[in-house]
Amino acid sequence: MTEVFVDHKYVGTVKDPQDFIERIRSERRMGKLSTSVNVVFDAQTDAVLVETCQGRVVRPLLVVKEGKLLLTGRHVEQLQKNELSWADLVKQGIIEYVDATEEEGCFIAFYEDQITKDTTHLEIAPMAITGLATSLVPFGQHNHGVRNAQGAKNQKQAVGLYAANFYTRMDVDLSILHYPQRPLVQTIMHELSDFNKHPSGQNVTIAVLSYEGYNMEDAVVINQGSIQRGLGRSAYFKPVATEELRYSGGLIDEVCLPDKETKGYRSEHDYRFLEDDGIIFPEARVREGDVIIGKTSPPRFLSAMDEYNLTSNARRESSVSLKHGEEGIIDFVLLTENEEGNKLVQVRIRDDRMPEIGDKFTSRHGQKGVIGLIVAEEDVPFTASGIRPDLIFGPHGIPSRMTVSHLIEIIGGKTGALSGRFIDSTLFESEKEQDIRAELAHHGFRESGLETMYNAITGEQFLAQIMVGNMYYMRLKHMVANKLHSRARGPIQLLTRQPTEGRAKEGGLRLGEMEKDTFVAHGASLLLKERFDADGTVVPVCEGCGMVATWDYRRNRGSCTMCGDTTEISNVEVSYAFKLMLDEFKALGIYPKLLLESKY
Amino acid sequence: MADVYAEFEDKLPLLIREQVREHLPKGASESKTRKALEAVYEEYLSSLAEPGDAVGIVAAESIGEPSTQMTLNTFHFAGVSEMQVTMGLPRIIEVFDARKTMKTPTMEVYLRPPYNEGKDIKSAALRIKETTIQDYATSFSIDIAEPSLTVAFDVARLETVDSSVDAVARILSKGFKKMKVAMKGSSLIITPGKDQSLNDLYRVKEKVRNVYVTGIKGVHQVLPVKRGEEYVIVTAGTNLKEVFALEFVDETRTYSNDLYEVQELLGVEAARQLIINEVLKVLNTQGLNIDTRHIMLVADTMTMGGELQGINRTGIVREKASVLARASFETPFKHIINASLVGETDYLNSVVENVMVNQPIPIGTGIPKLVTRSQE
Repeated sequence: MTEVFVDHKYVGTVKDPQDFIERIRSERRMGKLSTSVNVVFDAQTDAVLVETCQGRVVRPLLVVKEGKLLLTGRHVEQLQKNELSWADLVKQGIIEYVDATEEEGCFIAFYEDQITKDTTHLEIAPMAITGLATSLVPFGQHNHGVRNAQGAKNQKQAVGLYAANFYTRMDVDLSILHYPQRPLVQTIMHELSDFNKHPSGQNVTIAVLSYEGYNMEDAVVINQGSIQRGLGRSAYFKPVATEELRYSGGLIDEVCLPDKETKGYRSEHDYRFLEDDGIIFPEARVREGDVIIGKTSPPRFLSAMDEYNLTSNARRESSVSLKHGEEGIIDFVLLTENEEGNKLVQVRIRDDRMPEIGDKFTSRHGQKGVIGLIVAEEDVPFTASGIRPDLIFGPHGIPSRMTVSHLIEIIGGKTGALSGRFIDSTLFESEKEQDIRAELAHHGFRESGLETMYNAITGEQFLAQIMVGNMYYMRLKHMVANKLHSRARGPIQLLTRQPTEGRAKEGGLRLGEMEKDTFVAHGASLLLKERFDADGTVVPVCEGCGMVATWDYRRNRGSCTMCGDTTEISNVEVSYAFKLMLDEFKALGIYPKLLLESKY
Repeated sequence: MADVYAEFEDKLPLLIREQVREHLPKGASESKTRKALEAVYEEYLSSLAEPGDAVGIVAAESIGEPSTQMTLNTFHFAGVSEMQVTMGLPRIIEVFDARKTMKTPTMEVYLRPPYNEGKDIKSAALRIKETTIQDYATSFSIDIAEPSLTVAFDVARLETVDSSVDAVARILSKGFKKMKVAMKGSSLIITPGKDQSLNDLYRVKEKVRNVYVTGIKGVHQVLPVKRGEEYVIVTAGTNLKEVFALEFVDETRTYSNDLYEVQELLGVEAARQLIINEVLKVLNTQGLNIDTRHIMLVADTMTMGGELQGINRTGIVREKASVLARASFETPFKHIINASLVGETDYLNSVVENVMVNQPIPIGTGIPKLVTRSQE
């Protein structure tokens, strides 16, 4: 007796598990059962597992019965004439969806001629073993699987034309490539997924070459002329939004040009872009600190005194301004209402981003890298025919990663460009490397893709032949302009008097626990003290009670709230965080008494 | 000749003197030997830690940095019939924490001749292995109508360890005083006493399975292995004390990886050496090269109190003199509240406290102090 489990719950037993499974399958193929019911026989535990629950990943496969493919030439003909659809094939049981459990019991052929009498399914296309993004990697069959996955991952971060309606949207952290191109080396998936309608990269001429050490560790060197011609140029969009919040007592925020009586009024200069409605005008060039949307809020606490205080205009300034390091041009202003019915103002800022040193680029093979140097066009090495590459890619990234597809794409792209056609590089079904090479040779180039190149600075010919070709390169959304950060002195936190944290707040770079240990290991005692002096303070301490005393600067003498004016008061240099800790101890009811002793 | 080396007896450690002796050409004259030894002595002095060196931190960093590389590549010896032993970072953490319950306690039992040449190796191994009733029983059956539990035995298997059904019956009647144990052929029939219900019988059935019969308690698995020329018994589970009592065991070489057991039986010094050995073993299998003295320092710290202490808040950190130092390492509230209850004083003598109050730390350049004459 074989036990049957439905969604891992025991439901009963069957005598003949194979017959039972066969019946479930045939009923599913007939449409009597849901297409998402999957079943498998587990020989190890002698159990039939039926899966019906949600959340399983299923994939379509062509059904093979008794060594025969159910999909016939007739079906294909009808499909081509549009008389038959995918849904029809699923309904007829020619295609079925199989989940990971059922796949364990399947014998799936890769190609039609591999079907034997034991075969249960056939892949719709060999390419279908990968996901959508991975199938966009050209010549993937030449790679280690991991590299294909990385290539797919990188492509997801590419800057492109992600949606045609981007201009009416308010997306956060959005980049649009100015001159996107279709890849010369394509896979079937580029066609099927409409990639060509929203491309995300450009075909560039690359040379596999070291350049003055500026492309080591995966960096790339870029031709300045190419950038000036529009290579990798993109626009960065960032929305700024605020709403008129309602508070208790009928008080409300107001989007307006704050008047000078407002608490926390900045300078007139900061408000210079605001129009009468308190909102900035489009195409204004803004920098950090400039107010985008003017706003005032009601006072935070309504005390009894304020109500009688006629002179005070207690409204607070709460405008939205650009944070540290941000700049751009006002692109679009939107006035609307949010779900709660509050007035909502959204302003989109645009920033043109030319490729600069540190921006990230990638090919489709997991070969990402940042720009190490932008070279003036006249200094870029040229080939015998006078071609100067747009991008110089370091050769050291290839041997250890073994991304052969990267090299084949260079040759493929070159051939495609010369022949004026797209090269098919679909996984497992791509054009053959030899054919592409032969075609390249036919155009009068070396079939290996190598060319004689010249050093543009000295005019000397390079001793080695350099691989030159075309490939699809993408700019990734990680740009230095959004990340570059440094600080010497700057804002500090109110509570601890230590530097703020994070780039947006112009924060400090933390010297952490382990970094501290390295100072200790070197015995650099005084250097360590200096590094931690950011919140150093001098605290007057009463020698009588050992607590922090007060210092009267006018009379230039200290007094202790516990021991009075007569006690001895000494100044002690400690970190403010320590003083704060003492205060917190006191709040806990713990008396932290400082025992003072002369330092010398 | 020998007297030249004797001159340096108080200056150079034995190991270095022996190495000099080994490397000097034979027949080197006395004055040349002395010159060489003096040069070595100078080098030796310059490589000693200086006063104020942060040896603890240097040791911690020297062990910690390579350990981060270790986490992922734990090697497994596929197909080799060895006992599974925790290795890699988990084992190092286990040792430095001085965990009471370790993941894989093991022993390597060395044997006296002629046993170490393979004589009676199987029965020797069997005498070490702990066996319970379920190892010998072929079936357990409960009669519901007439409440009784029948345990059938494989007599042949019992005989391999010089035991019998009769002997098992005696063990059982001693262990379950409320039950009656009767022998019937190669089976034992256990009947409950008067105030015992059927449910009790079920419970007894589960208990009976794990009743100890022979071998050494705590040793769950034994595996005779050939180490070079001789046979060694590797075990899972340890009980050094009882293994030492066996006549065929070479107690001078038998090894356990259980720190507490070794401490109890052989003393802290042995436990200290075990810490060093165990950590070095892990590091060597990982191909990492850390100076032994760093590990020795850690082992010294862990054992200097006279008994094992782990490097955690219940171990050596608890021993720290400074309240602030203790509070900065896990459970701050506990330490501060306890300190306030007894009115503890922190003299700011060590590193962490001084970092907290932002004063120069008493390490390296922080040690020398300026002395001035105060103006009267």
